[in-house]
Amino acid sequence: MIEFQVDRHSGVATYLQLVNQVKQALRLGVLEPGDRLPTARAVVEATAINPNTVLKAYRELEREGLVEPRPGQGTFVTRSLSRPEAAADSPLRADLVDWVTRAHAAGLGREDVLALVEAALAEAAARPRGAARPTRAGTERPSREDTT
Amino acid sequence: MNDPTAEPALRATAIGQRFRGNRALHDCDFELPAGRIAALVGPNGAGKSTLFHLMTGLLRPTTGEMRVFGAVPGTRAARTRTAFISQDKPLYPQFTVAEMLAVGRRLSPRHWDQAKAERIVGEGGISPKTRIGTLSGGKRTRVALALALGKQADLLLLDEPLADLDPLVRHEVTGLLMAEVADRGITVVISSHVLPELENVCDHVLLLQGGRIRLAGDTQDLREAYTRLTGRADPDTPDGLPPGADRAAVVHATTTGRHLSALLRNAPGTSLPSGVDEHWITRAPSLEEILLAHLRSAPRNAAHATEAAA
Repeated sequence: MIEFQVDRHSGVATYLQLVNQVKQALRLGVLEPGDRLPTARAVVEATAINPNTVLKAYRELEREGLVEPRPGQGTFVTRSLSRPEAAADSPLRADLVDWVTRAHAAGLGREDVLALVEAALAEAAARPRGAARPTRAGTERPSREDTT
Repeated sequence: MNDPTAEPALRATAIGQRFRGNRALHDCDFELPAGRIAALVGPNGAGKSTLFHLMTGLLRPTTGEMRVFGAVPGTRAARTRTAFISQDKPLYPQFTVAEMLAVGRRLSPRHWDQAKAERIVGEGGISPKTRIGTLSGGKRTRVALALALGKQADLLLLDEPLADLDPLVRHEVTGLLMAEVADRGITVVISSHVLPELENVCDHVLLLQGGRIRLAGDTQDLREAYTRLTGRADPDTPDGLPPGADRAAVVHATTTGRHLSALLRNAPGTSLPSGVDEHWITRAPSLEEILLAHLRSAPRNAAHATEAAA
């Protein structure tokens, strides 16, 4: 089960925060197909937001084909976003953890690391297609909300 | 939840209220569809409490009329569907919590939900045997809410319910309210002079200032009806705004040195004010920015004092 966190000061619309948190959980394998999302009632009781905001987020996830409502039962995950390349024991992830450790050792903070990752993504996107294809994990570039 | 053919939860038509010759409210017109969570905001003394008293029937309007689900406030039909928590949360300090709930049950015997009232009190860690007078402000609010929600009303009127609560209790109480909305689709009017605490909660807003409704409408519609403009003030115009910008659409504008910041109403059917081109940095304003711009523009722009969302 996922527990939502709402940040009033993030500048990201509240329903999008919920959408992004579900996607993040799907990427990390915290949520898997068949899992049930919390009811709107449970979410609003914990986060103190308008129930319509939760319903809007769930509708958006449904539109993207990630969840489906089952009448009388709740909203269920239908598709996973997790990739074996991103799993906890994957070489790509281990490389990145090494790299982040080196970055920290070199004195870079979280913001610096995030900025570097953004820059690297932009640089890779600008490369000729052939050069980039083998190493890129996905075709879709993460949006801003996903990375901050 | 929102049947468009249903009676609105509240309808105010040309409401005016005088107290010994002083005008507390004038020309108030608004409609609140059922199922909405409305923030009633405005500075202290704007008339928020007076408006609540008109909605509950504690006051009769000097002019105009107020309707609650089509009924006159204070009549039996309206009273059973309305629950009101006033600012001072009137409870009997000598009573125990259990006795207080018994009063609630006796006042609305037909609809009272004892299990729910007890659950709300219990979840706050309040023993039924505790005397009201010994409870903290947060716990007293919880008991008042248990009474209001136990009544199973369709319209909940809350006058500054969060004002004296610490942030944790405020979050808890708001969560409790939102859960009730999710369960029963009730209509809520909740007043505050601090908007940010309601920004994630309300989907409708009523802005009251100087006894008038300055803004009323759906929060999303309002956000889409205005544009915030920032950039280098135009040196060739006295107000720094773009020369072609429709001055009648300006809600509020300030210049600090060369920097201009303004809120303008969008041209009908578009997402930009007329006369504003791509040289300007524009973005959709937050609800708070819209309300503040209207409050700041108050003294001089009496001409467009009442604006309804497009």
